[in-house]
Amino acid sequence: MATKGFNVRKQTGFNSIAMFCFVMLYLPIILLVIYSFNAGESIAVWEGFSWRWYVSAWENEKVQDATIRSLIIATCASLIATSAAVLAALATTRVKPWRGQTLAFALVNQPLMVPEIVTAVALLIFFAMVKVATGYTGLAYLIVAHSAFCIPFAYMPIRARLQGMDLNLEQAGADLYGTPVKVFRHITLPQLWPGILAGAMLAFVISLDDVVITEFVKSAGQDTLPTYMLGQLRRVITPEINAISTALLAVSVLMVIAFFLLNRTRK
Amino acid sequence: MTDASTLRARGERRTRILLLTPAMLLLLLAASGPLLIVLVYSFLTPGAYGGVEWIFSPKAWFNVVAEVDFFTDELVFADAHLTVFWRSIKLSLITMLSCLIVGFPTAYFIATRPAGSRDMWMLLIMIPFWTNLLIRTFAIMELIRNQGTVNTILMAAGIIDEPIQMLFTEFAILIGMTYVYLPLMILPIYASMERLDFNLVEAGYDLYATRWKVLRKVIFPLVKPGVVAGSILVFVPCLGAYVTPRVLGGGKQLMLGNLIELQFGQLRNWPLGAALSLTLLAIVMIALVFYVRAVGKEDAGHGH
Repeated sequence: MATKGFNVRKQTGFNSIAMFCFVMLYLPIILLVIYSFNAGESIAVWEGFSWRWYVSAWENEKVQDATIRSLIIATCASLIATSAAVLAALATTRVKPWRGQTLAFALVNQPLMVPEIVTAVALLIFFAMVKVATGYTGLAYLIVAHSAFCIPFAYMPIRARLQGMDLNLEQAGADLYGTPVKVFRHITLPQLWPGILAGAMLAFVISLDDVVITEFVKSAGQDTLPTYMLGQLRRVITPEINAISTALLAVSVLMVIAFFLLNRTRK
Repeated sequence: MTDASTLRARGERRTRILLLTPAMLLLLLAASGPLLIVLVYSFLTPGAYGGVEWIFSPKAWFNVVAEVDFFTDELVFADAHLTVFWRSIKLSLITMLSCLIVGFPTAYFIATRPAGSRDMWMLLIMIPFWTNLLIRTFAIMELIRNQGTVNTILMAAGIIDEPIQMLFTEFAILIGMTYVYLPLMILPIYASMERLDFNLVEAGYDLYATRWKVLRKVIFPLVKPGVVAGSILVFVPCLGAYVTPRVLGGGKQLMLGNLIELQFGQLRNWPLGAALSLTLLAIVMIALVFYVRAVGKEDAGHGH
C-alpha cells in the first residue's frame, strides 16, 4: 500500500546488514593497527601505548632489507608496466577494430584471469630453467614477473582515460602539421597524464602487496616485506608484525585515496 | 597500384605492432608463455630431487584423481586429492553464498543513498580491497586465534572457560575468504543496482506486492546479471586461494593452491603439481565463460 511516508527504497533489515558489513570490513584492520601500538608482547591484551614495535621493526635488519627490496621491485615494475600499458592502450583504444584485437585484449588481461598460484608455478618452472642456463639469480626475475602481472592494472585507468578523450584535438594538431611524436607529446600526453599516474600508482600497490608469485619466484635471501611477514607468521607473533602491517596499510590507503581523487577529477 | 589509403593502413598496422610489442613481450615471457611449459611438465616424469626427467609419462594426470594402491596394486581413487578438491569447491561455494548474503543488502544500501554520497560509500568498500591481502588475512587471524580478540572477550565475559579453537579450521578459512573477497561481490551488484529504475519497484507496491515479493520478483531479476558476475568474481579467486588457507588453515586444511605448492615443495612431484595447476586453471576458465555470458547479457540488456 503506497501511503504517505512509505519508502519504496526500504527493505527490512538491509540497512542493519550493510552497517554490519562496514563494521566487519574495518574492525579487524582497526584492531590490527591499535595493537601495533601495544606496549606489551601480546596482540590481544592491551598494556598501554608505545612506539617500541615500530622502533624494533625499524631496527630489524631483515625488515630493512625486505623494505628496500620491495620498494626497488615495486618502483621498477610499476615504471615498466605503466610504460608498456600506455603504448598498448594507444594501440587498442580509439582505433578501428582490427584483427587480433580481441586476442591482444585477452593477453593483456590474462594475469587477472589465471589464478595467481598457477602463474606462480609456471614462473617457478620457467625461471628455474633460465637460472640453470644463465647462472643469474638476481632481482630481475622478480621485476619481470611483477611487471607482467601489473600490466592490466596499469592498463585499465589509462584505457579509461583515453576512451574519454576527444580525438578532434589530436586531429587539429595533425592538421597543423604536427608530427605524430609532437602531437603525442604536446596534446595526447598532457591529457593522458592523470590516467598514467593512476595506473602507475595502482601497479605500485599491486606489486608492493604481492605474496604468491614473489614467494615462488624469489631466490634464497630475496624476501620482500610480504613474504618476510608470511615467514614470520609461523613463529610467535609479536606486535612487530602489526607495526609493519600498519606501515604497509598506510601506503596502500594513501595510494587508493589518491587514485580515487585522480579518477574523480575526470568527471 | 598502392594508393594512399593502403599505405596509411600499412603504416597504422606497423605503428600498432610497435606499440603493442613491449606489453606482449612481457606477458608472453612472464605470464602466458610459461603456462605452455607447465603443460609440457605435466607429461614428464618427476625427478628424484624436484624438477623433472625428460621422459614422457601421463602418470601425473592419472594421479590427479586416481592412484595405484601400494599393497594390492588395485586402482583406487586418490582420496587425499579428492578431499582437497571437494574442500576447495565446497568452501568456495559457501564463501560465495555468505558474500552474497552480506553483499547484496550492502550494495542495495549504497545504491539507495543520495547520488552524491554513493562514491564515498563505494570508496569505503574499495579501500580494504586494495590493501594487502596478507595483512587482511592476518587481521582475521588475530581476531580468531586462541589468544585472540574474540576468545579473550568471551573468556573475560565468563561466557566460555576455554578458548574456542577457530584458527586452523575450515571455519577460519571461510571467515577469512568471505572477509577478503566480499568487495568483489559488492562491486558488480552495485553496478547493476545503480541503474535500477525505482519506478518499477514503486509499480510493484502499487500492485499490492509485499516488500519480500518486490525484492524477489522485481529487484532481484533486474540485478541478476550483477549477482551472477559477483558470484563468479568471488568463486574464482577462492578456488585458487593460497595465502588465506595457508595462514588460517595452518597446513591442516589444504585447499587446491596449497596442494599444488606441496608438490613443488616437500613432495617433489613437479609433474603432478603441473597437472593439478592446469586442472585448477580449467575449472576457473569454465567459471569465467559463465562470467563473460552474464556480463555480456547485462550490457545487452541495458542497451550499451
